[in-house]
Amino acid sequence: MAEAKRARPQPTPETRHFWEGAKHGELRLQRCDACRHAYFPPRPFCPACASREVTVFRASGRATLYSYVISHRPAPGFVPPYSIAVVELEEGPRMMTNVVGCAQTPAALVLDMPLEVRFEALDDEISLPLFAPAVRAP
Amino acid sequence: MKPGSIAIVGAAESTELGVLPNISEIQLHADAALNAMRDCGLKPSHIDGVATAATQPQAIAHYLGITPTWVDGTSVGGCSFMLHVRHAAAAIESGLCKTVLITHGESGRSGIGLTRAPVLPASLAGQFELPYGTFGPPTMFTIPVLRYMKTYGLTEEHLANVAVIQREWAAMNPRAMAQAPITVADVLASKMIAWPFRLLMCCLVTDGGGALILTSAERARDMPQRPVYLLGSGESVETPMISQMADFTSSRAFRVSATKAFAEAGIDHAEVDHLMIYDAFAHLPIYGLEDLGFVGRGEAGAFIAERNTAPGGQLPMNTNGGGLSYMHSGMYGMYALQESVRQMRGIAPAQVPASKISVCHGVGGMFAASGTIIMGNQRP
Repeated sequence: MAEAKRARPQPTPETRHFWEGAKHGELRLQRCDACRHAYFPPRPFCPACASREVTVFRASGRATLYSYVISHRPAPGFVPPYSIAVVELEEGPRMMTNVVGCAQTPAALVLDMPLEVRFEALDDEISLPLFAPAVRAP
Repeated sequence: MKPGSIAIVGAAESTELGVLPNISEIQLHADAALNAMRDCGLKPSHIDGVATAATQPQAIAHYLGITPTWVDGTSVGGCSFMLHVRHAAAAIESGLCKTVLITHGESGRSGIGLTRAPVLPASLAGQFELPYGTFGPPTMFTIPVLRYMKTYGLTEEHLANVAVIQREWAAMNPRAMAQAPITVADVLASKMIAWPFRLLMCCLVTDGGGALILTSAERARDMPQRPVYLLGSGESVETPMISQMADFTSSRAFRVSATKAFAEAGIDHAEVDHLMIYDAFAHLPIYGLEDLGFVGRGEAGAFIAERNTAPGGQLPMNTNGGGLSYMHSGMYGMYALQESVRQMRGIAPAQVPASKISVCHGVGGMFAASGTIIMGNQRP
């Protein structure tokens, strides 16, 4: 029996730049040329002002831990307990992730702790952005 | 909508609730619909409007033998039925139809004849949430609460208390799935599901159905049951992705929906005798009490702990036992509406004495959508 894997994202034309970036170790966001709003998830227009003039850019990869749960239920591709977290990126947008590289306990996972991105390859095409406690000074 | 112009004249749940492996989802819809029609003495030929969620109105209309002139398939999660009530009122008032049947059926526990769509891997949630091991509402709906706890000092004991007090209500309800008394210590000793949520802070998973029938207040006079009048309603949506909810301590959809409903009804909070706040998890009544404006920011945990919403309290809430102790098929909003109707008819198992106005507030998805219905037993 094949080992159960975590759900694999299926890119669409509007999100392909994000997954291309992740494959190359870059966390890519978009910024509106008109109002300078940085946003996520991807779409080819600004959700703040509806301008279609937007630019993809490489984010710093720095974030803070905004909120999370530690799931104790079995899930394909995971060994419980594991964190399901929402991080706030330095550029403003928030995204879901797993916090890795530390104990999966309330004591180790402290809200607002600094984190940095690291990528985990699911296969040749898809790498997932995960976050670990920051080593570099922010 | 003019307050009091539309009435709920028929209301019923499925004959049985709980673990029902011998009934499919569509039959749960139909069982509840047949019970609701019997409740008000109508037949399928009298119904000209059909609304339902998760499945499609054509499936329900055909299964029951109804030829509608108006349908609504709004499907925004567990509060869809609040939106159906609101839309049905507008449709009846504008003459699109006269008598609307709203149905719900869900084999949430037994999984017989399921109709709900899964999250697809190319959707935004499929790309940017599902790969992180989200596995149903216990791992998503719960994510905002640690931010709320840090912001306002809410404790695990506060969360546990919500479940304890709702179990007190359930103990008075013979149809409640879970009736045995529990303590805060019991809740905090129950199995960890997704920190900080333990099993008894999460809703039940059961099978069941419910249906409502609405018509004009004029036609309601000829119906056998005491009419329950629609006083005001509201609806809104925010985001299908919990990670993108703007404020993890407050739901925009709750605020927008409730503000609209209170304004439409023209009532203030002190006039509310009975309250239902959809409780898929123990934090939802806390967010709801604040976002609906019953208490200030950060005050709801203590408000519940001080027994204001408990039996004998000033604001009886979730008097059927709620999703935590009564039943929760997955789309619980229909059962919250049923309890508000029972309270306004004066026939609830844990009846609030002399109550005239009930507020029934629902959530859909994970803070994704909201609907608020304010009903009363006296026509304004």
